[in-house]
Amino acid sequence: MIRARGLVQTFHSGQGKQKKEVHAVRGVDLDVEEGEVVGFLGPNGAGKTTTLRILTTLLKPTAGTASVAGFDVATQAVDVRRSIGYCSQVGSTFSGAYAGDEVVDHGMLYGMSKKAAVAKGQELFDKLQLEGLWRRMPKNMSGGQKRRLDIAMALIHSPSLVFLDEPTTGLDPQARINLWQHIADLRAKQGATVFLTTHYLDEADALADRIVIIDRGEIVASDTADNLKAAVAGDLVDLEVSTDEQVVIARDKLGSISSDVEVDGHHVRGRVARAGKAVPGLLRDLENSGVGLESIEVVRPTLDDVFLTLTGRSLRDAEAAAEATPSPNAPAADVPTEGARA
Amino acid sequence: MTTFFRESWIVFNRQLRMNLRNPAWVIIGMLQPVLYLLLFGPLLEPVIAQLGGNKYTWFVPGMLVQLGIFGAFFAGFSLIGEWREGVIEAERVTPAHRSALLFGRLYRDLLQLFVQAVILVALGLVMGMDASFGGIVVGVVLTLMLGGACAAASNALALTTKSEDVMAPIINVVMMPVLLLSGILLPMSFGAGWLERLSDFMPIRHVVDAVRAAFFGDFDASMLWGVGWTVALFGLAVWWGTSVFKKENA
Repeated sequence: MIRARGLVQTFHSGQGKQKKEVHAVRGVDLDVEEGEVVGFLGPNGAGKTTTLRILTTLLKPTAGTASVAGFDVATQAVDVRRSIGYCSQVGSTFSGAYAGDEVVDHGMLYGMSKKAAVAKGQELFDKLQLEGLWRRMPKNMSGGQKRRLDIAMALIHSPSLVFLDEPTTGLDPQARINLWQHIADLRAKQGATVFLTTHYLDEADALADRIVIIDRGEIVASDTADNLKAAVAGDLVDLEVSTDEQVVIARDKLGSISSDVEVDGHHVRGRVARAGKAVPGLLRDLENSGVGLESIEVVRPTLDDVFLTLTGRSLRDAEAAAEATPSPNAPAADVPTEGARA
Repeated sequence: MTTFFRESWIVFNRQLRMNLRNPAWVIIGMLQPVLYLLLFGPLLEPVIAQLGGNKYTWFVPGMLVQLGIFGAFFAGFSLIGEWREGVIEAERVTPAHRSALLFGRLYRDLLQLFVQAVILVALGLVMGMDASFGGIVVGVVLTLMLGGACAAASNALALTTKSEDVMAPIINVVMMPVLLLSGILLPMSFGAGWLERLSDFMPIRHVVDAVRAAFFGDFDASMLWGVGWTVALFGLAVWWGTSVFKKENA
């Protein structure tokens, strides 16, 4: 559904002697299969939005190629646009227009008749829990309702591929979880392929079949959340025993399945790949050796652990640093104009 | 081509609906030339007496052009608001022609300008303006083309600067010499020779002269210059506007 090879995007920032090149995307390769939900994860300024803008034909890449829904983004842009739905992070509707009018007009720009656009729009309003809001202006809607309206705009022409750019940014936790359900339904009920960018770890974890991590314009990992966690970080197993002798035995037994065992008092900890499979055997070994455990805890790694391992910094720290430093990739609004593009 | 008209018509309808929901700016835009006509027109009587003819036949064409330039040049401000809310990006990701996105907005600006021009001309006629129907039609058409050029340029400028704070001073800098050197308020022939020569290089001056000539029924060489400049400015501005809409895209 999406195939990108060597995508590069370079911007120029500053003027005169201050002028410098900003490499927003540096050789991104990407493959997304039909029906997949892919989470594109990275801190602000990592290159998520720039990559997404290239794939949605909003930005021409400085170098590299990409095809979306079987069409080349540079030479068959109109065909790409017909095939995709796009939900930008800044919204898509005029705050002073009626929600229903906005959706219908948008559908008509895709070539739909007014009658068909109204019918499809009303169906989407029902599905996305926007009943009764057809004649309401976005400025009078809640954040969650506005985002669902943006999704309705993106789906009005029944696209086979939907791009969602940070769909839940700025929403309260309840609205986020509600929106997650609607995003999950896109694939489950409509069979759409979904490509969503996010800087929320839990969002990528909850929604995506596969997670692609981008940092400083480069893809650093691409796999399922479970595989990434297992391959990069492993599960943390914490054994608590009651005597010093048992600590020695437990350290040896845990050391047979973990390479980084630590001892802290009567606690023995170590990272274990796929602890769900390994721990039962470990428990049997400990029992056979006469070690009775006081407690055992298995902590699954987070995507932040994965990010930390891959990049040497925490996603949350990277996020904070990015927020302190404006980036060409942050909101679409901050992307330098085409005129400034390299 | 059919698709282009259909798409630009959809954009036009949407823009018109938004304008009708907030008609304050249409009324404010109309008020300025009407006030000029009512409060400045009478001051021209002794001045226009030197040229001969009816003062409103002389003054209304200038007001028409002023309406066309000033009203249309502010069209881009609403585009910045739309861009900020993500509307432009949402439109750009549809398969609609980039030029249709611009032209739909131009239709709205031209309709608004047309209504304002009709009111202005009607008011002028009530106040004693003496012009033929054909002359008025030609004058209004030239005004609409100039207004279309200014609106297209304003939209292009808006999408280039993406900031009201940057756009407002640019428009002021452009507008001031246009107002002073195009003879909208007073004939350039009243000034020193060097000032009149300088105004020869101001394209809008030729448009003002042409609209004025049309109202007086003088279809002479000045009309040709004015028509030529109007068409050239319209073509140039539409090309700029369309290329900016395209350039933002792949």
